[in-house]
Amino acid sequence: MEKFTNLKSIPSYLSLQNIDTDMIIPKQFLKTIKRTGLGKSLFYEMRYDENGKVIEDFILNKEPYNKSRILLAGKNFGCGSSREHAPWALSDFGIKCVISSSFADIFYNNCFKNGILPIKIEEQTVVELSEYSKRKEEIEIDLEKQEIRYGNKVKKFEVDSFKKKCLIEGLDDIALSLEKTSQIDNFEKNIKENSPWLLNND
Amino acid sequence: MSKTLYDKIWENHLVHKQDDGTCLIYVDRHLVHEVTSPQAFEGLRLQKRKVRRPELTLAVPDHNVPTTDRSKGIDDEESRIQVETLRKNCKEFGVELFDVNDKRQGIVHIIGPEQGFTQPGTVIVCGDSHTATHGAFGSLAFGIGTSEVEHVLATQTLIQKKSKNLRINVNGELPKGVTAKDVILKIIGTIGTAGGTGYVVEFAGDVITNLSMEERMTVCNMTIEAGARAGLIAPDEKTFKYLEGKTMSPKGENWKKALEFWKTLYSDKDCKFDKEVNIEGKDIEPLVTWGTSPQDVSPITGVVPDPANEKNEDRKMAMERSLEYMGLKANTKISDIKIDKIFIGSCTNGRIEDLRLAADLLKGKKISSNVSAMVVPGSGLVKEQAEKEGLDKIFKDAGFEWREPGCSMCLGMNPDQLKPKERCASTSNRNFEGRQGRGGRTHLVSPGMAIAAAINGHLADVRKI
Repeated sequence: MEKFTNLKSIPSYLSLQNIDTDMIIPKQFLKTIKRTGLGKSLFYEMRYDENGKVIEDFILNKEPYNKSRILLAGKNFGCGSSREHAPWALSDFGIKCVISSSFADIFYNNCFKNGILPIKIEEQTVVELSEYSKRKEEIEIDLEKQEIRYGNKVKKFEVDSFKKKCLIEGLDDIALSLEKTSQIDNFEKNIKENSPWLLNND
Repeated sequence: MSKTLYDKIWENHLVHKQDDGTCLIYVDRHLVHEVTSPQAFEGLRLQKRKVRRPELTLAVPDHNVPTTDRSKGIDDEESRIQVETLRKNCKEFGVELFDVNDKRQGIVHIIGPEQGFTQPGTVIVCGDSHTATHGAFGSLAFGIGTSEVEHVLATQTLIQKKSKNLRINVNGELPKGVTAKDVILKIIGTIGTAGGTGYVVEFAGDVITNLSMEERMTVCNMTIEAGARAGLIAPDEKTFKYLEGKTMSPKGENWKKALEFWKTLYSDKDCKFDKEVNIEGKDIEPLVTWGTSPQDVSPITGVVPDPANEKNEDRKMAMERSLEYMGLKANTKISDIKIDKIFIGSCTNGRIEDLRLAADLLKGKKISSNVSAMVVPGSGLVKEQAEKEGLDKIFKDAGFEWREPGCSMCLGMNPDQLKPKERCASTSNRNFEGRQGRGGRTHLVSPGMAIAAAINGHLADVRKI
């Protein structure tokens, strides 16, 4: 996984609540067998009309937001389907950080597996940050220090320490878990002894 | 110390715990489908990794499959490639597959229980948010992303942190005409689509205990629509009876051992939940969604709510957007809303009991001339059983189409989609914008309410049939 480095960008702002993963990337794009190339279809039905024509008004279609690396959004962002295509599409578009007052669990988790930092922060700060989007001013994310910097202000945010480490170092968590193979072996030995029906239905 | 059912299952599956609380938990059962797995298998290939426990993994194509005649294969090239990719991956990695023309094929969350693959006290995962369905058996079952699918394939474990405990008690009895679908819609309407975020839900109370296994699956299925990844119900005699004799259920001595263990799977009497919610069964009516979020519920006897009465500005905006998308005016009687399409099926309501209930209400009647309607059984075995009981004939005689099993119009990845502005009474689980087709308008209902709408051509009260 690509390492997460500090970000500086003019954020885009979608005030809508409950943005679901169907909205982030509609079903017709789930037919791919690749992880790449989904950026152009991000928020498809908001970005393109029925004939596939670009809707100029939509924020991500406009300068400078079409180059945003940070997305501010209404609460409960990423609810619905578990499709990892949602963070793949965000990442492919260039968005590496999403800031909202709340996230759906599966989406939140999926972000970290794809080098995206989801920041959960009180709604008031999201609204405050949205002013920077409107004014087309950059804000800065420092994951190491867990800080959002904007204007002359600094806001601290929380993030799980293990997830942070994986992002900063770009770790492959499968490799980390495979280091625990002997513990997994032991666990399975236990199942065989105590819950044999789980491994064998005869 | 007293423990909740979730605490017990969690502790039973703990392989390793880091100082920061990050845990490695063992996965007993892994279900795989064609949409969220190709990149995971590809990842294994690139890293030269194997599937650690292919025998604990079961795969089925369901999202992309056509529900019409399948003998000619799949027309849509991308869908076909995805299904072929699953086939190829299963062969290469030694995973059992119920292929498109296998009569055991069906929606992944229908076939797990049907085969006895789903068992109490297990950890079950699948790259699909409706994995919560399996919680009906007292298992910890939740949806995961594709990276996690790859992690489970390679290690048979997952990296997780423990969630909080939420108990939702549905007390008393349900009024006539009110079903499991109304119960879960009521719960979502009460706590909201983010109400369960960060929690594992245990459903309890007399109403839940009195539900059949099929109905319990309907309730657990939509836990994710209340924001919680997993919802579970303590197993009881009904659970054991359902599982006895299923193909993949334990047999003989193993059955006895399993049963003994399963009987210990309940929340201890004096255990503490981080949060509890109480709902009275008698307060639940047949429900319908009017908006584009599953929390937008109204009794069939109600009216479309008026955003003008909403004080929270963001919520007001969301309601206005929903009503515009849905083509509805505030204060319209719900039962005046005309319907174009009826969809009975999905992992929420595509089981045999759903079809029996629907057929029973439909018997001898015809669907309204202004609707088109389809039934998509949840699996080949559900379809076979329904045909054995003559249910297909009741549906077809009434004007329904009788289709082949799959996810179908629940998400419209196959050709079963709504056209723009088409309005559907659907037994599925999501009414999101564009979910059933761009511009399509979804009203979530129970199978009985879908029949009421089919007969009347508008949303209607099932209690009046």
